[in-house]
Amino acid sequence: MSNLDKNPVQSPAAAVTHPLVKGTVEPGCAKVDPIVIADHVTRQFGGLKAVDVDHLEIPRGQITALIGPNGAGKTTMFNLLTGFDKPNTGTWEFDGKSLAGVPAFKVARSGMVRTFQLTKSLGRLSVLQNMLLGATGQRGEGLFSSLVKPLWRRQEEENTVRADELLARFKLDAKREDYAASLSGGQRKLLEMARALMSKPELIMLDEPMAGVNPALTQSLLGHIKNLKADGTSVLFVEHDMHMVMHISDWVIVMAEGRVVAEGPPETVMKDPAVIDAYLGAHHDTDLGDLMDDGPNPVEVALEAERKAHDAHSEEK
Amino acid sequence: MIAGIRIGPGVRFITMALLALALCLGVVLGSGALSASASAPAPTPTPTSDFTNTLTIGGVLRDDDNVVEGAEVTVEGAGGFSEVATSDDTGRWSVVVPEKGEYTVTIDPETLPDGVELRDPDRVSATVAANEWQTNSITRSFPLGVDDRQTTGFFEQFLQRLAAGLNFGLLIALAAIGITLIFGTTGLNNFAHGEMVTFGAIIAWIVAVLLGVNIFVAMLVALVLGGAFGYVQDWLLWKPLRKKGVKLVQAMIVSIGLAIALRYLYLFFIDGSTKTMNVGLSEAIVIGPVRITTGSVVSMVISVVALVAVGLFLTRTRVGKATRAVSDNPSLAAASGIDVDRIIRTVWVLAGALAALAGVMLGLYRQVSWDMGFQVLLLMFAAVTLGGLGSAYGALVGSIVVGLFVELSTLIIPADLKYAAALVVLILVLLVRPQGILGRKERIG
Amino acid sequence: MDWGNIFGNAIGEIISPTTAAYALAAIGLGVHFGYTGLLNFGQAAFLLIGAYAFAIPTLAGAPIIVAVLSAIICSVIFAFILGIPTLRLRADYLAIVTIASAEVVRYVVTTTGLTDFTGAANGLSGFKGTFAAINPIPEGRYGFGPFMYNEYDWWVRIVGWTLVVLASVLVFLLMRSPWGRVVKGIREDEDAVRSLGKNVYSYKMQSLVIGGVMGSVAGIIFILPRAVQPANYTTGLTFFIWTIMLLGGAATIFGPIVGAMIFWVVLSLTQGILYGAIESGALGFMTTTQAGQVRFILVGVALMLLVIFRPQGIFGNKKELSFSV
Repeated sequence: MSNLDKNPVQSPAAAVTHPLVKGTVEPGCAKVDPIVIADHVTRQFGGLKAVDVDHLEIPRGQITALIGPNGAGKTTMFNLLTGFDKPNTGTWEFDGKSLAGVPAFKVARSGMVRTFQLTKSLGRLSVLQNMLLGATGQRGEGLFSSLVKPLWRRQEEENTVRADELLARFKLDAKREDYAASLSGGQRKLLEMARALMSKPELIMLDEPMAGVNPALTQSLLGHIKNLKADGTSVLFVEHDMHMVMHISDWVIVMAEGRVVAEGPPETVMKDPAVIDAYLGAHHDTDLGDLMDDGPNPVEVALEAERKAHDAHSEEK
Repeated sequence: MIAGIRIGPGVRFITMALLALALCLGVVLGSGALSASASAPAPTPTPTSDFTNTLTIGGVLRDDDNVVEGAEVTVEGAGGFSEVATSDDTGRWSVVVPEKGEYTVTIDPETLPDGVELRDPDRVSATVAANEWQTNSITRSFPLGVDDRQTTGFFEQFLQRLAAGLNFGLLIALAAIGITLIFGTTGLNNFAHGEMVTFGAIIAWIVAVLLGVNIFVAMLVALVLGGAFGYVQDWLLWKPLRKKGVKLVQAMIVSIGLAIALRYLYLFFIDGSTKTMNVGLSEAIVIGPVRITTGSVVSMVISVVALVAVGLFLTRTRVGKATRAVSDNPSLAAASGIDVDRIIRTVWVLAGALAALAGVMLGLYRQVSWDMGFQVLLLMFAAVTLGGLGSAYGALVGSIVVGLFVELSTLIIPADLKYAAALVVLILVLLVRPQGILGRKERIG
Repeated sequence: MDWGNIFGNAIGEIISPTTAAYALAAIGLGVHFGYTGLLNFGQAAFLLIGAYAFAIPTLAGAPIIVAVLSAIICSVIFAFILGIPTLRLRADYLAIVTIASAEVVRYVVTTTGLTDFTGAANGLSGFKGTFAAINPIPEGRYGFGPFMYNEYDWWVRIVGWTLVVLASVLVFLLMRSPWGRVVKGIREDEDAVRSLGKNVYSYKMQSLVIGGVMGSVAGIIFILPRAVQPANYTTGLTFFIWTIMLLGGAATIFGPIVGAMIFWVVLSLTQGILYGAIESGALGFMTTTQAGQVRFILVGVALMLLVIFRPQGIFGNKKELSFSV
C-alpha cells in the first residue's frame, strides 16, 4: 500500500495526453466519449475494502482491458456495475442513465451485458435454446402470451435466424441441437459470448474470456472481440492473457487492492511503475530501473504466471 | 463458496457461554420455579390416520398443557353399539368401532378432575357422520379449562417457561450440532436426523424400561449405538453416494426417503402409542417454592456437559481441528494431507451419538414415540438456519433461541401454536438476515 | 387369497380421485422443481389451503364458483407470502422455509382457538352439496368390472381427471414457449438468466403461483370424496408427492400422472397381497396394521433407490437428469 501512495506523482505517464482522453492521462481520467462513468464506488467484505474507486470512465466504442493482480477487485467491480452485487457507496451511469441500485436484469436490458468467469452455460438446454434465451423483448416470455403460439411464432423465427448467424460466426452451428452440457470449456465460453450478443448490447463485459480456452480457439476468440468493436460495440474485459491485453485492447485500466492505480494505452501502461508495484507488491526490492531495461517486462511476466496459475485452477474446477 | 463451520472467533464463546448457561441454571433453580412437566407435545395428529386398518374414534384430553387422566368418554353408534373409553396418563382415549357409520361421542363432565371443566359446558357431545370415514380414525376433541391459569403470577410463569425453554433449547442444540457438522463437512441437509434422535430414545426405552436396566446405563448404550448407527449410515449409504458423485439435492431427497423408511420401521416395531420413560427420574425435587423433576435437572446437566465436550473436541483435538478445516475447504484440507473421508465418518459417528443422546433426554422430558424425532426435526433445522447454516456456534445459539421462543411464546399465544410461532420467527429472520443471525454474507461470483 | 378383489381394487386406483389429486399436485410440483428448480417442500400446504378455502365458504353457504375462486385466490396469496421472503434465498434455505411454512399452516388450522372456522383437529365435513348439485349425471350406478361407481363418484372422477388433463396441457403449452425456456434457464443457473435481462424473481414467483394453484385445486379434488382432516396435510403428504413426481420424471408432461397411478396401484396391490397373506397365515408374525406400515417402509426405500439409480424418472431423458445442484 505504501508503495502505491508515493508513486503516481512521478509516474512517467502523468503528463501524457491521448486522443481518447480529456486532459492528461492519469488514473481516473475523464474520457472524450465515455460510455460508463463511476464515482466513489466502494464495497466492503467484513473489514476488507474489495473495491474503492473514486472515479472511473470507460471509453465508448473501444476495447478496454481491466487488469490487476488477484484480489484487486476486478470481478467485484464487474458485479457492482452490472447489479449482481450492491456497493456500500457510489453512483455510476451507463450511456447517461444512472444505474446505481438498478437490479441486474434491468442493467442487462439497458444494453450492458456481461459474461462470467466460470461459464454459466445452461447445461440442460440445447445450444440453440441457450442462444434464444439471450434475445430481448420476447413476447413469448410473458406468462399469458406464451400460451398463444401465433403471438410469438414470427419473433421466434427471426431470433432463430439471428441465433444461427451468430452460431455460424462462432463455429458452433454443428452443435446447434446438442445440450450445452456436452460442449468443451472453450466452446462454452464462445456460447456464452454469442448468447450475450443476441441482445445486441451497447457494452459487453467479458470476465476472463480466455480462461480455460485451448490455444487453438484463442485466435478466433480474439478475432471475434475485434469484430465486436468493428460492429460498434464497446468491450470491457478482465483478463490475465497478455496476448489479449497487448494486442487487442485500446485502453488498459489497472486495479490493485480495490483501487484504480493506473490507466493508459497498453504499450505505455505496462511500463508504469505503479503497475509494476501493483503486481510485485511490497515484496520486490529490485531497482525499478533495472527491471525496465533488462529482460522481459515484469508485469508481463507476472500476468503470464497468474494466467497459468489461473488456468490450472479453472481446469481443476 | 462453502459455508464452513465458523468456530474460529466463536470458539471461546462456546465454552464460556455454556459455563455461563450452567451458572444461569443454578440461579434459576435457586430463585424461580421450574416446571416439572414443562409441556406436553403439541397435538400432532399421527400421519398414519389414513393408512391404518382398524377403525377408531379417539382424541386427547388436555387442559392447556396438562393432560387429563381418567375422564370417561362414551361412543354410541347404530345397532346399540356403546363403549366407554377412559383417558390414559397421556390424556389419550380411543374406541375401536365396528364400521364406518354414524356415532355420538359424549364426555362425562363428572369424571373430569377437580378444577378442570369443559370450556363450553354445553358441548358435552359431538357427532361423527358416516361420510367422514374416508380415513380410518376420527378425532373428536373437547376443549377444556376455563381460567385455571391465573393461579400463578406472570413472573412465575415467565421463569417456568424460561427454564423449560433453556432445557428444550439445549436438547435441540445437542441434535442440531450434528446437523450443522454434517452440513459443514458434506453439504448435506440431513432430513433423516430426526430418526437418529428417535433411534436413541427407542434404544433407551428398550434398555431402561423393557429390560429394566439403570437409565444411565441405558443412556450410555443409546450413545454408543447411536454413534454406531451414524457409522453404519455413512459406511453403507453416504460414502458410496459421495463416491458416486451424487448431487446435493439428490442426496437430500435420499435422506428424505431414508427418514420415511426408518420412521415406518420404528412404527412397525413399537406401534403408534407413546411410551413413558418411567425410570424413577420423574419425582419432583422441592427446594423452597421451586419444583423440578430430577429428569429435567439430569437432562440439562448432561446437555451442558456434552456440549462443552463437543466444543473442546472441535477446538482442542487434532481430529476436531481437522473437522473444521474440512468444513472450511474440503479440497484444501485434502491437499494438506487430511483424510477427508475419515473426518466425515467421525462427524457421522459424533452426530449419531449426540442425536441419540438428545433422543434419550427428549424421551425423559416428554415421551417416546415413533415420530418424536421428526416432530422436532424442523425445530432443529430452524435452529441451524437461524444460527447460519454450517456454524456450530450458531447452531447452539439458534437452538437456545428456538427453545426459549417455543416455551415463552405460550405466555401469549395458545400452546398448540408454539411450534408454529418458532417457525414463523425463522421465516421472519430470514427475511431480514438471509444468512442467519450469526452467518456471514457470501460473495457472489 | 382373493386375487380378483386385490387386482380390482388396485385397478380402481388408476382412475380414483385421490390419484387424480396427487397427479395434479405433482404436476404443480413439477412446474416448481422439474422446470424451475424451486425446492418446494411445502406442497402439502397448497393442498391444505385449497381444501379449507373451498370448504369454509361452502359451509358458510357460498356458491361453488365462489368457493373455487376462494381456493385459487388464497393459494395465490399464500404463494406470494411464501415467495417474497424465500425466492431470493439459496435453494436449501428455500427447502427449509417452505417445509416450515407448510407446518405453520397446519398448526394454525389445527389450533383449538379456530375451532369455529376450521373444526380444529376434527376438520370439516358436509361441504359436498354444492358440488353434487351441479352433477349432470342421473342417479344410479354405472360402469363395468372394477369400475362400478355411483353418480357422485363418477362426477368427482370426471371433474378430477379433466382438471389433470387441463393442467397437463397448460404445462405443455408453457414449457414449449419462450416462457418455459426462461424458467428452465433459471433451473440451470439463475445468475446467467439474470445477466440476459430476465427478471428471475418475477419468473420464479409466477412458477410458484402456477404450481401452487394446481396444488390448491388438487386439494379440492382430494377432499371431494372425503372429509377435510388436518392430519392428512403433514410433510408426509409433500414427500409422497415428491416421490410421485420423481417416479414419473420431474420435467415431463406425463410423468406426474403415470407416477401417481403407479404409486397408488402399487400401494393398493401391496396392501391387498400383504393382507391376503396375513389372513391365509403366511405372514403370521405381522398384524394388518403393521402390513400398512410395511408399505410406507417400501415407499421410503423406493424413493431412495429411485433418486440414486434413476433420478430422471421413468419418462425422463437420461441426458436431462433431474438434478443440477
